[in-house]
Amino acid sequence: MSLKQINAKAAALRAAFEAAGAEVVDCDILLPAEIFLDLYGEDVRTRAYMSSDPARGEVMLRPDFTVPVVQKHMDEGAEPARYTYSGAVFRRQEEHPERASEYVQVGYEVFDREDPEAADAEVFALFQQVLAPHGLRAVTGDIGILTAAVQGLDTSERRRKALMRHIWRPRRFRALLDRFSGRAPVPPSRAALLASADPMADRGPQIGLRSEAEIAERIAVLRTDAEEPHLSKGQVELIEAILKVSETCSFALEHLRDIAVDLPAISGAVERFARRCEALAARGVAVEQLDFEASYGRSSMEYYDGFVFGFLSNQLGTPPVATGGRYDALTRHLGQGREIPAVGGVIRPGVLLDLEGRS
Amino acid sequence: MSLKLGVPSKGRLMEKTFDWFGARGVGLKRTGSDREYAGAVDGVDGVELVLLSAGEIPRELAAGHIHLGVTGMDLIQEKLVQWDQKVEPLAELGFGHADLILAVPNCWVDVNTLDDLDAAAAAFREAHGFRMRIATKYHRLVRQYLHHAGVADYQLVDSQGATEGTIKNLTSEAVADITSSGETLRANHLKILEEEPVLRSQATLFRSRVAKPEGADRVALDALRDKLSV
Repeated sequence: MSLKQINAKAAALRAAFEAAGAEVVDCDILLPAEIFLDLYGEDVRTRAYMSSDPARGEVMLRPDFTVPVVQKHMDEGAEPARYTYSGAVFRRQEEHPERASEYVQVGYEVFDREDPEAADAEVFALFQQVLAPHGLRAVTGDIGILTAAVQGLDTSERRRKALMRHIWRPRRFRALLDRFSGRAPVPPSRAALLASADPMADRGPQIGLRSEAEIAERIAVLRTDAEEPHLSKGQVELIEAILKVSETCSFALEHLRDIAVDLPAISGAVERFARRCEALAARGVAVEQLDFEASYGRSSMEYYDGFVFGFLSNQLGTPPVATGGRYDALTRHLGQGREIPAVGGVIRPGVLLDLEGRS
Repeated sequence: MSLKLGVPSKGRLMEKTFDWFGARGVGLKRTGSDREYAGAVDGVDGVELVLLSAGEIPRELAAGHIHLGVTGMDLIQEKLVQWDQKVEPLAELGFGHADLILAVPNCWVDVNTLDDLDAAAAAFREAHGFRMRIATKYHRLVRQYLHHAGVADYQLVDSQGATEGTIKNLTSEAVADITSSGETLRANHLKILEEEPVLRSQATLFRSRVAKPEGADRVALDALRDKLSV
């Protein structure tokens, strides 16, 4: 398939988004790297092309449009707003050289404070309608339910914060749960530190920027933590039960409402899910057949913090055709004090054409 | 054409490599003046000695410019994406042992595991407004290792030498470097985290999967492998 075909497909998809009321925007290809490093940390270097410029510092080829579109909207946009765009994004593929490192994305983003669940449904229904001829499988999820569960755990604020920080890193999240619940043994070095009357005694010379006071403070935190009761087995099981929810939206909603009886903190998030299901149904989406996986998007979609969705092909080895979700926290981070609820998604016309070619 | 064997061009690594081949009846030596990087091979016909910097040998193997090469596993894994599809390790040579490890100041009595490092990094970022700096020249390996462990709020800063000194000089908070005895670390008041090292490395003889020797080269490769029992 040629670039010309991909661009034609992209133009058609973008026209469909425009017809749905979106304004066409364009963004720079070369972006300052700092904002991405700030958001995603060092890992972003494995996923994006970085370069450096003596005057501008570190720069990056855009790995997606979401961040620059949010910045643009925060700087100059009126509310509510709907945007569409199409263009190339660039991804390093260190682990998978067979995957494309440059490909076209066509996106649709909605910035609207009025009714977030209606906006979620609007985006999903539009994607479903545009992709209908391709016979894809849709999956949905909601990171907001997991975060609500963590925030509602019966444990210290500090532990909740530690879990929240790793919500997108399933392995570390698991390790923290095991430690807070006492399932993982205390490492010998930690036990020795806690047992010592004066752990700072034989520490050698103080070197580096991390100060004595910072070290003492962390020891105090560790001591407080050691005195805290374990996170109960019941609470850990509730988190695990949520992560395992994987069924159609209608059954998932029932299931999550059951869990909410024991973990009332998720009730708000579950009711938002219910309202989203109603809004989807009102737009003609068959929610009784739509898949919902509570852990969907947890390891790969780091800036989504609520509703998430994907449209997948059943062809082995094909990347998702479309992905999207809600990213309120990202707008908070980029808005420096301002925020606006936002939801959107992208389609890869190249993958679509590839699938058409095969069938 | 001849079968090309890449060997580190200087220092102990070169001498030990010569010894290892010599003990197996294959004589390697430098020829010409001290400064000229030319060599000769005795004991097997049709093998050419190519003297290269150890750091360039991974790239030359992956490009298929040399058929065999001696270098450290650390350099192979740092420099080659999907290294195991490009080279095959034939023999560990039993020298050049080195572990790629993470080290922090001794005075960080609260940090001994990756779990501690992650928690300290979060607090450090809050206190100082930037991500904790780890000095290294092994960017890919260290990043992969920390990603796998789920460590966040750190940044890698490049250090091509005297890495252990960067903490005292306030250009990093932690280091990831190769160590064999740990002496340099101790002298700089650093301690190794109590975790599996990022990588255990030693000098290794590799075969390029890209260079495909044919005819006389094929015969020379078989003869050499036979002689070395690899």
